[in-house]
Amino acid sequence: MRGLLAWGAYVPYARLDRKAIAAALGASAGSGMRAVASYDEDSTSMGVEAARAALRATPVTPEAIYFATADPAYLDKTNATAVHAALDLPASAAAYDMLGSVRSSAGATRAALDARGPALAVVSDIRTGLAGGGDEREGGDAAAAFLLGDGDVVAEPLGHASQSAEFLDRWRVPGESFSRQWEERFGEHVYVPLGESALAEGLKQAGVTTSAVDVLIVAGPHARSNKRVAAAAGVKKEAIADDLVASVGNAGAAHAGVMLAAALDAARPDQLIAVLSLADGADATIWRTTGAVTGRRPAPSVATQVARGASVPYAAFLTWRGFLRREPPRRPDPQPPEAPAAARAESWKYAFTGSRCQACGTRHVPPQRVCVKCHAVDRMRPERLSDVPATIATFTVDRLAYSMSPPVVVAVIDFEGGGRFQCEMTDVDPKSVKIGDRVELTFRRLYTANGIHNYFWKARPSGGK
Amino acid sequence: MASNGIRDRVAIVGMGCTPFGERWDKSTSDLLVDATTEATTSAGIDLKDIDAFWLGTLFSGQSGLTLSRPLKIDYKPVSRLENFCATGSEAFRNACYAVAAGAYDIAMAIGVEKLKDSGFSGLPSTRSVGDGTAAGMTAPAMFSLLAPAYAKKYGVSDEQLKDVMTRIAWKNHKNGALNPRAQFRKEVPKDTIACSPLVAGALGIFDCSGVSDGSAAAIIVRAEDAHRYTDKPLYVKALSFVAGPGAGPIDPDYDYTTFNEVVASAADAYAQAGIKEPRQELAMAEVHDCFTPTELVLMEDLGFAARGTAWKEVLAGTFDLEGELAVNPDGGLKSFGHPIGASGLRMLFECWLQLRGEAGKRQIASVARGRKLALTHNLGGAPGECVSFVSVVGSERS
Repeated sequence: MRGLLAWGAYVPYARLDRKAIAAALGASAGSGMRAVASYDEDSTSMGVEAARAALRATPVTPEAIYFATADPAYLDKTNATAVHAALDLPASAAAYDMLGSVRSSAGATRAALDARGPALAVVSDIRTGLAGGGDEREGGDAAAAFLLGDGDVVAEPLGHASQSAEFLDRWRVPGESFSRQWEERFGEHVYVPLGESALAEGLKQAGVTTSAVDVLIVAGPHARSNKRVAAAAGVKKEAIADDLVASVGNAGAAHAGVMLAAALDAARPDQLIAVLSLADGADATIWRTTGAVTGRRPAPSVATQVARGASVPYAAFLTWRGFLRREPPRRPDPQPPEAPAAARAESWKYAFTGSRCQACGTRHVPPQRVCVKCHAVDRMRPERLSDVPATIATFTVDRLAYSMSPPVVVAVIDFEGGGRFQCEMTDVDPKSVKIGDRVELTFRRLYTANGIHNYFWKARPSGGK
Repeated sequence: MASNGIRDRVAIVGMGCTPFGERWDKSTSDLLVDATTEATTSAGIDLKDIDAFWLGTLFSGQSGLTLSRPLKIDYKPVSRLENFCATGSEAFRNACYAVAAGAYDIAMAIGVEKLKDSGFSGLPSTRSVGDGTAAGMTAPAMFSLLAPAYAKKYGVSDEQLKDVMTRIAWKNHKNGALNPRAQFRKEVPKDTIACSPLVAGALGIFDCSGVSDGSAAAIIVRAEDAHRYTDKPLYVKALSFVAGPGAGPIDPDYDYTTFNEVVASAADAYAQAGIKEPRQELAMAEVHDCFTPTELVLMEDLGFAARGTAWKEVLAGTFDLEGELAVNPDGGLKSFGHPIGASGLRMLFECWLQLRGEAGKRQIASVARGRKLALTHNLGGAPGECVSFVSVVGSERS
């Protein structure tokens, strides 16, 4: 049977308290928090984190990746290839982008479901908007990943329906950092019937009644339509899923995915989950969970990630998104990585693959040709360490180094099972770091220079503490 | 295979050293002309008498033309080399070997650096970032890793260690205040040092060496010819240079409380010079105090203090100008400044002055009491992955 084999979600560590917007701008901005991609994250790096969570739960290797975002890190260059590299997938696995709009993610998930062989849909988004606007306030940054394929599925798709229409609700010209919207009531006028049709058709395909739905997820950039369609769908009131707007914000292209991941995190076997995405049309998928769903819950869950995190000042949020230009340190500008060097080092740079000496067993990070202990030459075997925990041997707080979020915390970390590496830390309070602290690796965008994103791994406190 | 050394085969017969600091008025070429002229005058020779040149610079020029062009050297061998912050020492070492080998009668080693023109704080960076995966640490951050590791290993509290670091900076400023060529020529109160803004880890601004411009040079001849040029030559007793495997950042066995490269080069140099008890035999040492924790660790790596005790010796004043073994009597990198390519030769310049009794207000008393040996230590790189140079020079040929 073809269906869902595994899922994972990523909610970044930083939060913006909406009251902080209100305090800065002197106008009401509602309550709750929005999740904020850190200065060293983008839709690609967050997608990697979600995909890692999904793939950790299953031994299945994807044969294709479909990466969807409305906020791509690159244009005219595929972003899915970086996800592919970070996951250390074989070269034979395809990697495609589906970019530019929230609806791309419904397409990516559909394409992965329709593909042959195991296919990974990765949906990710960073939501920006002008200061004081609804998109800034209500948006949120997050990612989710779904592995579709045949075999021991955690959920099977019972029905699917799409409705497409051409109308202007929200739009953005390439190059701009915020979207524009038509009058809200017009969007509602268009979306509600599209959503109702798609949901009804999906349920009909599935051969189930509305009242049988255990969880109804309605996601899309038009909040008012989501609420109206959900309320009028005729499901039990408790079946309407939390829209996460109070804790994460509306994560655009990732939102339906994050809501589905949250539902699956809590799902019992044999539950009916209806996912309706309202974006430039409507896409409905009806899932039924299987007995495998409770055994393949990814770590960390959406709820765990929502519960942790730390607030950032509004000024930091604006700086990270490039809306507030700050004075740089009097230091040379960071230099872009060189394309040939990065290509040669692909398995190291993207998949964090070190090497282990076959003569004496010493592990090396980064990979070496000559063993640091026994000096054997070319007796190494690659060893991927991105999921190996490590401990801080020593560290420093560098207040002179260039960073969009100074100071830079650099730690020397020793891996369980051998190997040492010196790397930046992230999602960390410089004052709380101690020798002996446990850390885990996270895929990040270190900096961007000359339009080149420098992706690599950093350490963060284990479990987000 | 052995490091045989060239003990007493060559001698320094003339030296020059420009004032270090923010030399907005001098170009790299100007600094080279100034240092060369002072060195040749000191040796009583003309530039044309020199047979071969070794120029050390990290950032401030490439090829021998960097020296031959401004000095109008007529068709002589000029090598340009670099070895990180030990670049000046490397120029000296190669010039000594050339004379010892008999290839030339008179050689000059000169180092220069013009750091301030870049407009940056700290050092400019030159290396390409390659695949972009190396943590972009600044020099103070790399050396700040020594402090918490040392404190933890030897049960020293953070406050005690800060006092030790502060005392090192205070001492080197105090020495530098007596040195007309130093970049920073005034004493700094301990409170000011301890409360200076943090740069990296526990390191404040005053724990860091001066970023400066400057040049220094030495004229080297065969030992038997030395008295033709001066009554008080300095004989080269030992030259040791090692490059480590860079294991520290990848080997969990490295604990950031020592420089293995320094230990190795010191052992080699002491063997070459026949030194058994450096603390008792040396009149002084110029060491690579790029940051205050570096000087602390070096006291143990160079054998001036037992492991885990240097912090107490620092607080006790053992390495003060009037202490048992004066360390960095000229103010060190801390207050003399650190124009990279020049620093190794600047260290020798202080040995030159002290062992000849020409150091003025900061003259070390033990020289008059008969100590005749001085040591220079020059380091390049970072804890766990560095190059280290140790030389011993003496005022008497044994």
